[in-house]
Amino acid sequence: MSLTLEQVKQIAYLARIGIDDEDAGRYTHDLSSILEFVAQMNTVDTETIEPMAHPLDLPQRLRPDEVTEENQREKFLAVAPAVENGLYLVPKVIE
Amino acid sequence: MHNKTLAELAQGLKRREFSSRELTQHFLERIRRHDRRLNAFITVTPERALADAEAADAALARGEAGPLTGIPLAQKDIFCTDGIRTTCGSRMLDNFPPPYDATVVARLAEAGTVLLGKLNMDEFAMGSSNETSYYGPVRNPWNTDCVPGGSSGGSAAAVAAGLTPAATGTDTGGSIRQPAAFCGITGLKPTYGRVSRWGMVAFASSLDQGGPMARSAEDCALLLQAMAGFDPKDSTSVDRPVPDYGAVLNRELKGVRIGLPKEYFADLDPAMAQVLEAAMAEYRRLGVEFKEVSLPNIGLSVPAYYVIAPSECSSNLARYDGVRYGYRCRDPRDLEDLYLRTRAEGFGAEVKRRILIGTYALSAGYYDAYYLKAQKIRRLIADDFRRAFQEVDALLGPTTPTPAFRLGEKTGDPIAMYLSDIYTIAVNLAGLPGMSVPAGFIDGRPVGMQLIGDYFAEDRLLNIAHRYQRETDWHRRLPPDFA
Repeated sequence: MSLTLEQVKQIAYLARIGIDDEDAGRYTHDLSSILEFVAQMNTVDTETIEPMAHPLDLPQRLRPDEVTEENQREKFLAVAPAVENGLYLVPKVIE
Repeated sequence: MHNKTLAELAQGLKRREFSSRELTQHFLERIRRHDRRLNAFITVTPERALADAEAADAALARGEAGPLTGIPLAQKDIFCTDGIRTTCGSRMLDNFPPPYDATVVARLAEAGTVLLGKLNMDEFAMGSSNETSYYGPVRNPWNTDCVPGGSSGGSAAAVAAGLTPAATGTDTGGSIRQPAAFCGITGLKPTYGRVSRWGMVAFASSLDQGGPMARSAEDCALLLQAMAGFDPKDSTSVDRPVPDYGAVLNRELKGVRIGLPKEYFADLDPAMAQVLEAAMAEYRRLGVEFKEVSLPNIGLSVPAYYVIAPSECSSNLARYDGVRYGYRCRDPRDLEDLYLRTRAEGFGAEVKRRILIGTYALSAGYYDAYYLKAQKIRRLIADDFRRAFQEVDALLGPTTPTPAFRLGEKTGDPIAMYLSDIYTIAVNLAGLPGMSVPAGFIDGRPVGMQLIGDYFAEDRLLNIAHRYQRETDWHRRLPPDFA
């Protein structure tokens, strides 16, 4: 399985990782060789096998819908790169 | 004091041979003197350590000490520590002081331990050599031209060199066991769900598991006792009583059946085979019976892992967006530029590689061929183990194909690096507990024997490892430059 430079740029965009042409060339090579390696999976027939999502095959635990966390807004905002009036700041989205 | 086990240190504290403060100062001094050569610590916390030690000494004086009270240890820098920066080995979290403690951190603090600092690791635990860390590689104390293994490389090197009596690690595909083997220490990856993942920075959530790294199986038992147990804050934590690991540690091994997976021995390096033969001879003297077993699908574990782990990594690491915490690029033009450049500048090459592979594997049209296929193979591998455990109590094999390799030896070839975890990865896919136990040396570098147990059979694994360590002294050796 070999990827093209354009495919790699599209994947990087989906992942929101900025890459330049030099990076894209390197990742095209690396990713293609990794995909070639994982293609070994196709040597076994898994048609009738149930996929295993969780190592213990346990169902997701439920809890009562009650408030258990206290409000720590100030503490959480204190580690943000930019805040104003208790809100996270990002570049302007709407003109 | 740095060559003593946790049990010996605890006894010394109780008999007032030394105080926790003296013990703590001893290790802080060793870190100051020796870590320049190893780079095992990202952050040292002397003030916190001395405050912890003072509290421990007070508890000891009141006669309220538990088995770990006053024992210094260090945390892998993947476990969140309230107010103490937690980098996960990444520029992305270089400036991140978490607003809370991980459950593992809180439990070990409640047990009275002293926090010496935070340990170096591969970036976001993605690596097998500790060379992907933003803070530079860690060196192996047995040979500083060699890697300590990864991703818990700082933990393994710091314990091996006697900079801390014990450490925590995490293991997604071998990240406790492989560095433990390369550095000649004992490491345990518990059953998935045994130790809470809350506050442990996520890499691949269905595989990640925290565990102890220390000199001996007995020390690992003491640490696991404090770390393990149900945590309502982790939705995959298992609500099941924690046994008394110390109670069965010394049980005789007469009649215990250990399986030798033939796939693990087929292409084994002759020097490694010799090490394992000697360990098996030791076990036979203890009454263990060996039996060949087969794990026919094990050869597909590395390929399946390099679909599942990157897929889960790509969704977990989507949270690093430069908005709520962590790194943010300078002067973003707009929101998209903020995301693109923050993630381009904040993540290193291996992390990006895995995010890209995962993004591709999960994207429309490819999901069935990659992620679903890998999850099916995962079940085949888990079933192989299940069949084996109907016949035997544990499995024995190598932890790694070779002893520690040289720095830079595999950095240019991702797949060669991935294959250094060939014997450890299947255990994570199945969710089983596994250990690495020092079993000898090849060319002056330590190697480990891997023991794999059935689900929640950590007590049996620790027992099997401890009885071996009563007969051997590989785990007591110190690297000559750090003795």
